[in-house]
Amino acid sequence: MPLPSDIDTTSPKYLRDKYATVGVGETAYTRGSGRTTRALATQAVRNAISDAGLKPADIDGMLSYQSGDSTFSPFVAGDLGIRLNFYMDVFGGGSSTEALIGMAMGLIEAGMCRTVAIFRAMNGFSQVRIGGTGVRAAQPVSGDMLHSRAYGWQSAGQMFSPTFMRHMHDYGTRPEQVAAVRTAHSEHASNNPKAYYKNRVTVADVLASRIICKPLHLLDCCVETDNGNAIIVTSAERARNCRHPLVLIRGVVGRCNKPRLDMHYQHGPISTVAGRYAREILWANSGVGPQDIDVTGSYDAFTFTTMLQLEDYGFCKKGEGGDYVSDGTIRLGGRRPNNTSGGHLCEGYTHGINMVIENVRQLRHDADDSCPTGPDGKRRHTYDYREGGCRQVRNVEVTANLGWAMPGTGSAMVMRRG
Amino acid sequence: MGLNATYLGMPLDVNELDVENIEYFRHCAAHAFHLQQCAACGLVRYPPTTACPWCAELSSRWVPVEGRGSVHSYTEVHHAIQPAFRGHTPYLILLVDLNMQKGKPTAEEALRVVGNLVTQDGVLALPDQVRRVGIGTRVRMVFTDVAPGLSLPQWTIDEAANAGVTAWRYPESGVGNQ
Repeated sequence: MPLPSDIDTTSPKYLRDKYATVGVGETAYTRGSGRTTRALATQAVRNAISDAGLKPADIDGMLSYQSGDSTFSPFVAGDLGIRLNFYMDVFGGGSSTEALIGMAMGLIEAGMCRTVAIFRAMNGFSQVRIGGTGVRAAQPVSGDMLHSRAYGWQSAGQMFSPTFMRHMHDYGTRPEQVAAVRTAHSEHASNNPKAYYKNRVTVADVLASRIICKPLHLLDCCVETDNGNAIIVTSAERARNCRHPLVLIRGVVGRCNKPRLDMHYQHGPISTVAGRYAREILWANSGVGPQDIDVTGSYDAFTFTTMLQLEDYGFCKKGEGGDYVSDGTIRLGGRRPNNTSGGHLCEGYTHGINMVIENVRQLRHDADDSCPTGPDGKRRHTYDYREGGCRQVRNVEVTANLGWAMPGTGSAMVMRRG
Repeated sequence: MGLNATYLGMPLDVNELDVENIEYFRHCAAHAFHLQQCAACGLVRYPPTTACPWCAELSSRWVPVEGRGSVHSYTEVHHAIQPAFRGHTPYLILLVDLNMQKGKPTAEEALRVVGNLVTQDGVLALPDQVRRVGIGTRVRMVFTDVAPGLSLPQWTIDEAANAGVTAWRYPESGVGNQ
């Protein structure tokens, strides 16, 4: 039977606000968890289910991502007595969170399951170090790696630096401008009791830290930690019966790419990243633009990645990212704070999922800072952003997460308060 | 048959099933840089691939390519991750725009060939040479012999071609732009 003419089935706008992030959970950010990734994942998922006000039996879908360094859904589901109608564990790091949330929406929309738990668990310091040292550095070099690792071109910092360097060349971006990303995120982390690095640092501290590979100083690079994190996604209808204020998903773009992903540097401009392409989907699907966003979560594996993505998603003009991240805009109290938890640079490294968790809490107006709690159990936010204080942003309505896998690949998501 | 050798203590393995890389390194071993040219659209590509990135054609032929170009971007590694490179810091990883096919098929494309900065003899360059190279530096290809039958294409400063060229380098002071 023909569809009614007023239904455009190709438009994603009909999924706007139909799905919600109802539960978030994590384990402590440590260097030396003393536990397996299975234990970390199980505890994180359990915490997220509890946060949502759900029971394990309410979960019937599970998604995770990893790089051969973590447990799989069947073990986590088994630990928690969950019978799954769908699961999939995918290969991937940064940018996977938003992409899997989009997949969860599709799974539920297709009737394959009802409520999905997404997790990432890693002993990123004590077992498989994300910086590529240890076991990974000693593996034989073959296939496509003959054109990278054979030249000492392996770690994320080494692989991304030609992008960062070319941006400095093309636009005059200066080291002290991007260093301001670390400064801002360290201020945010100082108000986050969970953060691994809670000390505030200055631009001078960043520039005085040793060079890892130009243009990256040590403090331009994120921390390596052990942690499990989880998020629960379900329909907006079911979300209304959950524990917290509604946090609705406006739109998602997942693993969007530049051309020539086999070696993206073959295509330029190399100072432009995947956000240039992803933004065409993100803003159209979400029905909002950069000007509508109150808080951003731009992936900070490095100070530069935050800057490049904010620029290419259109938060400022191309080439003006250095000014945008250093003029106070991205700090708590600024016009559009970024990574209010401290992000990967300071809170802990999770391949992106903690930045989504933080924005869920911001949209609930319930950032877990040190503000006093009222008789109803909810925090009374002071909006005093001095060290050790508040990190809730006032009146947050809409957030954007900008996930990064590498210069050629990114994912993003807009959420709003229901 | 595949190629196996140890370079700076690091095992390199060109698998016999990896026919594109086998052919690539066969030419490198003869110190003659070759790349695949598409049988349909005629474009040359790097690194070796199964099909043409522009037209998906499977057939290609290996053609000699002049190893000259200029540095498009780079990183200078001071903290090596791989044990093989720990004794060689700082070392440069260069992305070099070959003169051939630069700006084709679109203005933003080029054959950007990876390599380290090495001496004319193919040995990883020492700091005095590393400090001379930046974006725009003219370089020419030389080869580092790893083992009989296996050589890596590398880059060395093309002294004759650099007259009048001012390279852009990351500011040494860490503050301000040079």
